[in-house]
Amino acid sequence: MPIELKMPALSPTMEEGTLAKWMVKEGDTVSAGDVLAEIETDKATMEFESIDEGTVGKILVAEGTEEVKVGTVIAILAGEDEDASDIEAPADEAPAASDEADDVPGEGKDVGRDGNPLDIDKPEAKPRAKDPEIPEGTNMVKLTVREALRDAMAEEMRLDDRIFVMGEEVAEYQGAYKVTQGLLDEFGPKRVIDTPITEYGFAGIGTGAAMGGLRPVVEFMTFNFAMQAIDHIINSAAKTNYMSGGQMRCPVVFRGPNGAASRVGAQHSQNYGPWYASVPGLIVIAPYDASDAKGLLKAAIRSDDPVVFLENELVYGQNFEVAQLDDHVLPIGKARIMREGNDVTIVSYSIAVGVALEAADELAEQGIEAEVIDLRTLRPLDTATILESLAKTNRVVIAEEGWPTCSIASEVIAVCMEEGFDHLDAPVLRVCNEDVPLPYAANLEKLALIDKDRVVAACKKVTYTD
Amino acid sequence: MAKASTGSEKSKQAAANQHASGSSDSEDFALRTLQETLEEKQRFEASEEQLMHFYEQMLLIRRFEEKAGQLYGLGLIGGFCHLYIGQEAVAIGLQSALDNDRDSVITGYRDHGHMLAYGIDPKVIMAELTGRAAGISKGKGGSMHMFSTEHKFYGGHGIVGAQVSLGGGLAFAHKYNEDGGLCLAYFGDGAANQGQVYETMNMAALWNLPIVFVVENNQYAMGTAVKRSSAETEFYRRGTAFRIPGMDVNGMDVLEVRQAAEIAFAHVREGNGPVLMECNTYRYRGHSMSDPAKYRTREEVQDQREHNDPIERVKKDLADADIAEEKLKEIDKGIRATVSEAADFAESSPEPEAGELYTDVLVGEY
Repeated sequence: MPIELKMPALSPTMEEGTLAKWMVKEGDTVSAGDVLAEIETDKATMEFESIDEGTVGKILVAEGTEEVKVGTVIAILAGEDEDASDIEAPADEAPAASDEADDVPGEGKDVGRDGNPLDIDKPEAKPRAKDPEIPEGTNMVKLTVREALRDAMAEEMRLDDRIFVMGEEVAEYQGAYKVTQGLLDEFGPKRVIDTPITEYGFAGIGTGAAMGGLRPVVEFMTFNFAMQAIDHIINSAAKTNYMSGGQMRCPVVFRGPNGAASRVGAQHSQNYGPWYASVPGLIVIAPYDASDAKGLLKAAIRSDDPVVFLENELVYGQNFEVAQLDDHVLPIGKARIMREGNDVTIVSYSIAVGVALEAADELAEQGIEAEVIDLRTLRPLDTATILESLAKTNRVVIAEEGWPTCSIASEVIAVCMEEGFDHLDAPVLRVCNEDVPLPYAANLEKLALIDKDRVVAACKKVTYTD
Repeated sequence: MAKASTGSEKSKQAAANQHASGSSDSEDFALRTLQETLEEKQRFEASEEQLMHFYEQMLLIRRFEEKAGQLYGLGLIGGFCHLYIGQEAVAIGLQSALDNDRDSVITGYRDHGHMLAYGIDPKVIMAELTGRAAGISKGKGGSMHMFSTEHKFYGGHGIVGAQVSLGGGLAFAHKYNEDGGLCLAYFGDGAANQGQVYETMNMAALWNLPIVFVVENNQYAMGTAVKRSSAETEFYRRGTAFRIPGMDVNGMDVLEVRQAAEIAFAHVREGNGPVLMECNTYRYRGHSMSDPAKYRTREEVQDQREHNDPIERVKKDLADADIAEEKLKEIDKGIRATVSEAADFAESSPEPEAGELYTDVLVGEY
């Protein structure tokens, strides 16, 4: 059968081109790889190679022709055992891209792109699960966040052999911030692994191990260093399930301290919450107190999805009450109301929850009852809890230890505007760090970071009491 | 250039030089022992049946890729599409030596050939290229992002070099699970200059991971020739800093690749840690479909096709083994039919349902 040679698309965007020059003439024998013609696109001149063997029968588009549509038959090739001189030009030389081309010129009849309008049913967000009840009479113990995180890992590691912890100084040094203290003793070097200082590499190895069926907990000494590894967190861990049509699992937890520490300067002081929370395919958790840190880290380790778990160095040593329960796992994606109030809602997460609670105390002394919401999970965001509170208080302030631009605060404001506009009695305000790299000098650092006074001032502004 | 044709000669010379200096005699620093083993016997002794199978698989890749090129030209395949034509012997030589019940494979974006080498149905691969629901990634991955967990094929990764660290993780899992498997991690001469490759080599050697790093040196990183991008162009030497033994293999000869695979896999399975294998090969087509090919001459490509083609080499081996040409013609015919059927399927099966937009983002419900 004669082979139709069609004007090829030579780039992802090419729709037409110039047939600059024929390198063969009618009657020539060609074999695979021979250049048939030179074709000019808007970007370059490209050689059009023969894929088949045969004899050039008819040339249908003369050289020098401009605006030749992709798919136009430009020549006919006679195959083996055919007489090139017998070949007739096809009656219809119309380019393939015409409206009637329901059968795009490949081999099969293209019924796959019949042009049905895209009828998308966006899945509705399901109501979030509630925190499991703590039975009456449960013994409450004081734990630091550091201990709570360690207990979460240890409890999960006892239940599932596939879980291991890797990172810089997690084993023999017992953790740069002592979060992994004691794990090496209990679980041994097979499951508690010191890595070299090589974030990109071990983030990739952790991600690959998760793809291979393990459940790694990858500690970054701080999330500032994870910037070297962010490619694996986003491109490898977050996207692969989707790109594989749901075949590839990647149940990895990336955890470590995030946000400003104390007097460590700009490169060691950054909140990556908004960065990761913008990425579909990731779960992002940023707890405040010890109970949430424990219950949510357990949930993160059990999740079949990749989780970024953002801790805070300045909170590690703080004591909180934790219920002494065997297996207290908290739901991912559910915010927690830390304090109820009717006058203004303060939305917060991580270390800023402490600031918000202090502000609420001071506001209460002035007769303003603030409701404080700890988001706990940044992705998926519990918008329902925010909006319910907004409907009650009609005023929202966001307290965030991080930069204001493209922040979680920005996102919460957008949600309030889009879905809670009718309930708003004042503009939503954000209280964030100053929009500068974090300075070292003690006085400047203090000026750059959020504090109680700024949150109080914002709340008074939206309640028109300033 | 033309390293592919002279690779083994050069390596012999290198071996001789090393012997002269005595550096390979150190008992605990056996970086060249695998290469020396290969040089003792360079080509795998394939049975007629194996030889025919290699021919068939390589030809399938070639015809499949030619068809993919054609469909791209017709606008049925979009975006980037990197063809494997010229490099067929690498995937076939290596993957034919795997133990598919336990070993894993990972590669970059030039991944069609590695999937076909597994015997994965060409239809679902082609349908992925055309972005259809029946594609192996439901049409949501495309040419560069294809996976088959059933075959322990872990992609199909679009970020140059990322698959090397991920492969380190797969090898880590093999060791952790004590399943006796190894990971075959392919990357190109371009990826060989990425930092994470060396981060991974360091940890793989440090932790004795069961991994074979394979540099498919097709001489060009996109349009940049190896000598313009790499201070050390002998990539098999690049594991030296991590005490990883290197092998310099003619990637245009499926029997040499297979032989090298036997040696490397045995070494890894015995618990000796990683191997770095450089397969010198040549890509006939552009880096991707939109490559104007101004960085090399037509003659250079033609020279490789005529004198170094991996499929022609097997054909010659088959002739030497007195296999009737008729038999090969039958194979050719069958493959053309298979590929044409795959193309028909890829064109005629429907695009994904609109609702697929929202599936597979997360596994859990939160």
